[in-house]
Amino acid sequence: MEELLDRVRELLGDAVVDSHSHFGDATVLVKRERVLESLRTLREHPDLRFNFLIDLTAVDYLGQDPRFEVVYHLASIETELHGTEPSKVQRRLRVKTRVPEDPCELDSAVEIWPAANWMEREAWDLYGVRFKGHPDLRRILLYEEFKGHPLRKDYPKERRQPLIGPRN
Amino acid sequence: MTQQRELLRQGDDSFLTTKVDAVVNWGRKYSFFLYPFVTACCGMEFMAVAGPRYDLDRFGAALPRFSPRQADLLMVVGTISHRQAPILKKVYDQMAEPKWVVAFGACTCSGGPYNNYATVQGIDTIVPVDIYIPGCPPRPEAVLDGIMKLQTFVQRSPGWNKPRHREISDLELPIIEKPVA
Repeated sequence: MEELLDRVRELLGDAVVDSHSHFGDATVLVKRERVLESLRTLREHPDLRFNFLIDLTAVDYLGQDPRFEVVYHLASIETELHGTEPSKVQRRLRVKTRVPEDPCELDSAVEIWPAANWMEREAWDLYGVRFKGHPDLRRILLYEEFKGHPLRKDYPKERRQPLIGPRN
Repeated sequence: MTQQRELLRQGDDSFLTTKVDAVVNWGRKYSFFLYPFVTACCGMEFMAVAGPRYDLDRFGAALPRFSPRQADLLMVVGTISHRQAPILKKVYDQMAEPKWVVAFGACTCSGGPYNNYATVQGIDTIVPVDIYIPGCPPRPEAVLDGIMKLQTFVQRSPGWNKPRHREISDLELPIIEKPVA
């Protein structure tokens, strides 16, 4: 685990702000401006090859600055040759980056992992994190008439939105 | 005249007299064609009621119709989200008169445990409801009790040929800070 973190820190350089693996969960916190190039390195470098984006979501730390955090869970599901025996690689990494309230923007990872498409739409829908360069950043769970982003901590629990009419 | 009176007097074995309301409602209450609008876990309990152990067929409500145009009893079973609400309203509007609505489970009665941005706080904000069956989920006995109460209700409803559709036409709810229910 520590070797993986060392290698990641070495490859990403000063893009890494912080890192830890308290419970065997290797985590790196990277700068917002450099998140795209860091993710691309993690995806493409032959030592890492994180080719599977497990999850992408956001966290609202209301009252902190920067307020939001976007979390990527990565895994490598490559098969490597150790000697003559092929074996599954068991590598997992959590990448975090902090996003301020204004502008609540982050580079889209869709061109690196196509799987990020719907997850980024979900993060936009519920947290209002705008992903720059996303090909189709629409709401995915709620409807277009919905105002606001309901999983933000300052969204009033009792607020009711207008219902939408029948659609075909 | 005398002959007629004689027929009425002797007719105990061959015919009886009643009101049209009573006989039509009697037919209706034992032949519900229900449309199961099932969206959540309550659906399992609904299947238990419809199955052989509790046997909804005993009450004449055995045949679910999966087209609202063939159904006269709308069973709303499970949580209704705001995205689902227009669909429920559309299904209700497509049903022909006479029609009844049963709110099955806590979510349809009042929103149940969910009081948030996504959940309709009771389907009576969208369609008129005749019978509320509370429970999370309701026991099959509770459902049967609800069906029997609906039968009593149908038997007693006057004006068999008058439409009893109540319009909640305004689907646009204003944005409010307090819960609807």
